[in-house]
Amino acid sequence: MNASDARPVLLEAKDLSVAYGKVEALHKVSLTIREGEIVTVIGPNGAGKTTLLSCLMGLLPGQGEVSYVGRSLGNDFEVEERVGLGLTLVPEKRELFSDMSVEDNLLLGAFDRYRRGDRDFATTMNEVYGIFPRLRERASQMAGTLSGGERQMLAMGRALMAKPKLLMLDEPSLGLAPLIIREIFRIVSGLREMGVSVLLVEQNARAALQVADFGYVLETGEISLEGPSKELANDPRVIEAYLGLGGKH
Amino acid sequence: MDFQIALLLGQDGLTNGAIYALLALALVLVFAVTRVIFIPQGEFVAYGALTLAMLQAGKLPATLWMIAALGAAIVVIDGAIAIRHGAARRLPRIVLSNLGVPLALLLIVPNINAAGLPLIAQIALTLAVVVPLGPMIYRLAYQPIAEAPVLILLIVSVAVHVVLIGLGLLFFGAEGTRTPAFTDGTLDLGVTMLQYQTLWILAISAVLIVALYAFFGRTLYGKALRATALNRTGARLMGISTTMAGKLSFTLAAMIGTFSGILISPITTLYYDSGFLIGLKGFVGAIIGGLASYPVAAAGALLVGFLESYSSFYASAYKEVIVFTLIIPVLLWRSLTSHHSEEEE
Repeated sequence: MNASDARPVLLEAKDLSVAYGKVEALHKVSLTIREGEIVTVIGPNGAGKTTLLSCLMGLLPGQGEVSYVGRSLGNDFEVEERVGLGLTLVPEKRELFSDMSVEDNLLLGAFDRYRRGDRDFATTMNEVYGIFPRLRERASQMAGTLSGGERQMLAMGRALMAKPKLLMLDEPSLGLAPLIIREIFRIVSGLREMGVSVLLVEQNARAALQVADFGYVLETGEISLEGPSKELANDPRVIEAYLGLGGKH
Repeated sequence: MDFQIALLLGQDGLTNGAIYALLALALVLVFAVTRVIFIPQGEFVAYGALTLAMLQAGKLPATLWMIAALGAAIVVIDGAIAIRHGAARRLPRIVLSNLGVPLALLLIVPNINAAGLPLIAQIALTLAVVVPLGPMIYRLAYQPIAEAPVLILLIVSVAVHVVLIGLGLLFFGAEGTRTPAFTDGTLDLGVTMLQYQTLWILAISAVLIVALYAFFGRTLYGKALRATALNRTGARLMGISTTMAGKLSFTLAAMIGTFSGILISPITTLYYDSGFLIGLKGFVGAIIGGLASYPVAAAGALLVGFLESYSSFYASAYKEVIVFTLIIPVLLWRSLTSHHSEEEE
């Protein structure tokens, strides 16, 4: 038994299926995320990883059950309501507000808190700047002028401004230089200490399994393997398909 | 043309241009946030002016019945949706937020002597009666098709415009009205005479523009509207609902339109259908700004005002033709200078 099994369940998906018209992109996927845990979903391009996150966030309707902190999230739960419940998604395309300053982007991350009357986001802003000092230097710069790594940092920082319970990251390493990737993963593993649970979707399986507690392998819309990350990283099937034989990426 | 006439025409151009600028800003705002080309923008000008005139004549403005009816329609639709989703607990809030203001006004307005109130109170009442039409129209006509292509939204805009013109005729009759000036009299500047109402128009337009600028630059809700205009998905992921942004931008547009009507009705006679032409001139300004740039749209609208006023002197029969022909070189220039971009989504 895994020690983390004692932790309360934050999000649980049961037999989740998503179809684009007649094409099924996700078939009866079940996964569990516990509080303070980093869970990763690895798999090849086109396996349905982004679809999974979009459905959990409410951007796409799905079939099956999703329960979050004990309540059932049906398709009528809009994206905005899910944000209010503490779910946040950092999408693969980052979706920043490119013609607005870094600081305004961060402020807007706290929009939902502001709407509900929570005005104390100066503290959160300082915490975010503490995690990403680069953003503080760029505070008044337009988001559209940032480098790829800085854009990813801003997208994560903006998501953290909402004080999420569950942060979903879609391919945070995509298109970034190895040095930046290492930095991003170091930050992801640090989120655990802040009490944020993370659902990390990655093609970079090696790095993802290193920071995660638990992992799932998603292939052509179905979960083919699951287990604690350390076991997965030593599983011959995973090594052969995703980790390669050598030590390189 | 001597100097005196030039000054007088310039004053006219500036006054009309200021109003067109306000309407152009509203059009850019609505388009940026919702992708709706809001043809009925001008109707708010007429509704505002004529509602104020009805209040001053001691009559109950028919617009009041309209917001009550639209509010009731929204309650039925939203109520049905809430019940279908098993969220009947939301019903009281739905009723209160859609029927609260109309019912309160229906209780208050007939029981006070609106004609005897000071002008500022009458203006406040007019805003309270007409502005709710904005978000209500958004809820009923545009929200169900919020993701539709721009062309479909435009077709719906034409339909809304036709309906509002028809209702305008029903509510206010074919007679035109004027309302009294905020301050009577003229200011003698030596070289020219200035009506006090002109000063009011310029001052209030400037205040509104500065207020809008501050709203978008300084408040989180203003920034949220800009964020929605820049990236809808990104905004939704921050909890900024597209519906909220749509309703808020329509509220602002309705407020700007109504205010414009109240401002100009002392200097021009307004009929139930006068708003359309005024709105179209604002639209020319908005086009000059590419339906995207607020400052260029405002400057373009001022240009429209001057062009109209001077062409009415030289070729008064062709004044509208000249103003609307301005669109052709502008479109040509824009299509040559801006790189073509596919419509998003």
